[in-house]
Order: sequence, then structure tokens, then C-alpha cells
Amino acid sequence: MILGVSFWEYVTDQRDRLTGLMIEHAQIVLVSIALAIVIGVGLGVVTYRTDRPRHAVLAVTGVFLTIPSFALFGLLISPLGLGTTPAVVALVMYALLPIVRNTITGLREVDPAIVESAQGMGMGRWRRLARIELPLAWPIIITGIRVSTQILVGIAAIAAVINGPGLGKDIFRALARVGTPTALNQALAAVLGIVILGLLLDIAYLIIGRLTTSKGLRD
Amino acid sequence: MANPMIRLEGVTKRYPGQDRPAVDHIDLDIPEGEIVIFVGPSGCGKTTLMKMINRLIEPTEGRIFIQGEDVTGVNPDQLRRRIGYVIQQIGLFPHMTIGDNIATVPKMLGWDRSRIDKRIDELLELVGLEASFRSRYPKQLSGGQRQRVGVARALAVDPPVMLMDEPFGAIDPITRDRLQNEFLRLQAEIRKTIVFVTHDIDEAIKMGDRIAILREGAKIAQYDTPKHILSAPADAFVADFVGAGASLKRLNLSRVRDVALSQWPTVPVGTHPEAALAVLRQSDRGSLLLLDAQNRPFRWVTARDIDRDDIPLDQAGMAPEAIVEPHATLQDALNQMLDSSHGAAVVVDGQGAYLGAVDFATVALAIQDMRREARDQLRAEAVELSDTGGIATS
Repeated sequence: MILGVSFWEYVTDQRDRLTGLMIEHAQIVLVSIALAIVIGVGLGVVTYRTDRPRHAVLAVTGVFLTIPSFALFGLLISPLGLGTTPAVVALVMYALLPIVRNTITGLREVDPAIVESAQGMGMGRWRRLARIELPLAWPIIITGIRVSTQILVGIAAIAAVINGPGLGKDIFRALARVGTPTALNQALAAVLGIVILGLLLDIAYLIIGRLTTSKGLRD
Repeated sequence: MANPMIRLEGVTKRYPGQDRPAVDHIDLDIPEGEIVIFVGPSGCGKTTLMKMINRLIEPTEGRIFIQGEDVTGVNPDQLRRRIGYVIQQIGLFPHMTIGDNIATVPKMLGWDRSRIDKRIDELLELVGLEASFRSRYPKQLSGGQRQRVGVARALAVDPPVMLMDEPFGAIDPITRDRLQNEFLRLQAEIRKTIVFVTHDIDEAIKMGDRIAILREGAKIAQYDTPKHILSAPADAFVADFVGAGASLKRLNLSRVRDVALSQWPTVPVGTHPEAALAVLRQSDRGSLLLLDAQNRPFRWVTARDIDRDDIPLDQAGMAPEAIVEPHATLQDALNQMLDSSHGAAVVVDGQGAYLGAVDFATVALAIQDMRREARDQLRAEAVELSDTGGIATS
């Protein structure tokens, strides 16, 4: 197949550039996820015990996820301009819902008897949270983080519309040159890079999840 | 009570939006080293009352003293680290090993590692678990084992006071009975002051040095020893709650060693059949107990067995059954006796040597004694009242 041969030739030829774009892509996803974990787990911890704030946080982060990504990147241009900053802001917004929701679910599913016995032994509010509740909720929280990461790996490509970094750049360049000989190869290579990155991150989460979950909680 | 370990003074809990308080002006002294049971129907406020002692529930009114110190104002976390706490679901931390579970409070109190390690070993031994359990996780343990770990964890820093909320409630009846007995043995050793909540009057009678029977609104209907509650219930509510068969329940309070044993005709193994028959004839029993060289029950034999020509005496008759030791309750002895074909439970000492027997006469005498004691107590109270002019006369 002629296309296939020339595709692999393209990839081999562009190897270094593609690797660089992939690393950029991974960086923006991981930075955004890190911020989303801090904010999302924080929001979950603050709201999981009170009904109204909890519903409010879930509703707002839910709305974030429904905004079309193209539109959100565009909307952020006027306050934040172009480049990496608005891209990270948008990606954090998309990552919040799964993390917040799973944090809340995980914390609320901790057996009340366990929390009561911790309290009855003189563990204060924050110690209980850090030593008992969060470790018990962790398997559920990390699942949320994993889902968010998968979402971001895809959406991060769109960040190229506002000059964001990553493999999205090649996709938009190719779209601008549809019909030229290398346009299709360029787009395919970028998409393939995104899929591979998604798989690698997913495997990384499986390993991290296993290493960070207590043996007493694993099946 | 001169120096109670725990003193409740006018302790009250009101919840907003409820007309009647959940706990209403309770005054109670809990003596050092005793197990005090809060028992009552569900919704009577017994758990609320207990949880106010470690302030998992804050009292609306009243004061609580532990070892003379008013604890109503102290930091609740500091207070709780000084009070052992065991709940029905045990609440072990599933993500921590048994060792780490037990080390929870010692770590918070800043003990050094070697002291904590030593304490974990001590506690596991105390509750009858092997040292290898310390590196296991709660899910690898049976219900009974978890319960013991829960007790060990509550005892970690050797607190003078323990609160136990239906600690044996979620365990199957057979294991429960064993754990209760184990716990009583343990308590004889550690002498903690224990507040124990249950809805089961039989458990209360078995475990309690004193029982507070609560009615709705955590009003104390009677606060007394199990014996007195059974023999002299304060009112119809208590009598009703204790239920039918109070006499039989009292058998759970008396031990075989506390009653006068009946004697049974015995002969050593190897006695000539004629001599054995003579012993049996002189007694008013239908059977004879053969004892071996160590004086241990060996065979039950009847006149018919002795008369047999085909087999020697030491192979005739039946193997001994219904054997109890002196620390068994009369209830146990009665059950054994009802199952035995000779109408008696044989009592042996720790080495298995024959001491005597418990038969219907023994049990009946014990019940009579308990009744008499109760009557004497009531009479003494009546005399006291009339002496002190306690009753206003018109």
C-alpha cells in the first residue's frame, strides 16, 4: 500500500519533531492534571459533607465539561490571550468533574463505623482525613484522575487553535493544507501520537494505582 | 461510692426540634474496675449516654467527671486518647496492618518505635492472637479475630476507662459466648472501668458487675448488681424488661464452686462387685460412679451392670458424661445435667479428679438461697426505712 509506505517514511523522517511534540503534549496534560488534582481533590474535601456546596460544585464542574472545547479555547483568548496559559486553564476546567466527583464519592463511601472509631480514638478532623478517609477513598479518586487524563489527552489537541503546545499543532497544520501530498500523513501521525500517549499514560496510572493503594484494600 | 472512676451529674442531651430530651438529667457513679452495663430497649438513649462520656456527643447540660476531673471542657481529642473505645462494627482501618491499627493511639501520643513494637506484641498475646498477626490486614481475619484486635487497639495505651458499644453484637452466638468468657477472664486481669452498652439483658447479666436499666429518655429505671435486679426488680418496667425466667437467668450468676455439691456413691476401679453393690444399696441413687487411680470419673454403673457375669465391672456401664469444672455457671451445669442420663452433672477439679455432683436438689437449693437473699435484702431495706422514718406518716 503506497499510503502505508509513505506514512512510515514520513514518521521516520519526522521522528525527532514528532517526539518533541509528543513530549510537549504530555507536559501540558500532566501540568493541567496536577493542577486539577489539587483543585479537584480540594473542592471534594471541602464539600463532601455538606449537601448544598457539594451539589453546587458538581453542577458547575459538570457545566464546564459540556462547553464545546473549540468555544472554550476561543472564549479564553480575550482574558488570557494566546499560548500555554489559556490552554492549561481550559484543560483544568475539563479535568475537574471526574476528579471532584470521584473524590466526593470516595470520601462519602468510607464506612461511617471506621470514621467513628477513628474519631473515638482521638483523631482530629484533619488527621482523620489524611490518615483514614483519603487513603480509603484513594482507589476511587485515582480512577477519576485516570478518566480526566484520558479526556485531556484528546482535548489538548484542540489547544493548538490558540497556539497551545502539543501534537494538535500538526493536526491543525494538516487541516489547513488539505489536498497537499503530506497533509494526510501529518494528521495521521499526530493522531497516532495522541493515541499512543493516551495508552502510555493509562498504563502508568495502572501501575501508580497499584503502588499507591494499600495491600489491605486490594482484592 | 467514695471515689467513682466516672461520675455523671445531671447529664442531659436535647436535640433541636425534639420536645423531649434524648437523655434527661442523668446522675450516675461508675466505680473503678467494674463493668457497668447500660441496657434498655432501642431508642432509650443508652448509646447517646455512653457517647457523651468521650464526647462523641456533646452534652447539652450537666457535667462528667473522670477520676475527679471535669472533662466537659477539655479538648475532646485529648480526652478520647485516654479512653478505650470499641464499637459493634469494630471499625478496624482496612488499609493498615493489625500492628498499625493497634499503634494508632500510641503514635498520636508520640511513643517511640521500640516501645510501640513491644506494646503490640504484649497486646496480641493478651487477647490470644499470635505475634504473626501484626503484619496481616483486617480482611484476612475472621470476625472473632477482628473483635479481639478491636479490644487490643482500645487497650493500646492502657487507658483506665473503656467504652464498649455492643462489642459482641455482630458476632455469631457461639463465637460470642467464647469471646464474652475470654473478655471476662481478661477483665479479671486488667481491671478496667468499663461502660458497656447492649440491648441484650442476658448479655448484661452475664457481663455486668452492675447494670443500669434505662427506659425512654435515658431515665435510669434501676441501677444495681445483676443479682439484685433479678431478685428484686425496682418496678414493672424492669421486671418486664428482665422478662420471664428470672430464676433461670440467676443460675447464670452462680458458679458451681459457690454451691454445696451433692455427693454420689463412688468406688475405685477394681472394687469387688459384691462390695460395689453394697455401696450402691446403701445410697439412695440408682447408679454408681467408678473412679480411676487418679480419682477421675471412669464409668457410670448400675446394679444391672454390676450383676453382669459376661464383662468385668470396669468395662460395664457407660463412659462418664456431663462433666463440669467449679468455675462453670449453674446454668451450664443444669444444661449438662438435663442432657445426662443419670440426672447429675459430675464436678471435677482442674486435674479432672472427682469433687461431687450437681443434681436437681443442688439447683433447687441454689434458687431457694437466692430467693431468700433477695427477700432478706428487701426486708432489710424496709427495716431501714421505718427506722429512719423515711416514710412520712400522717
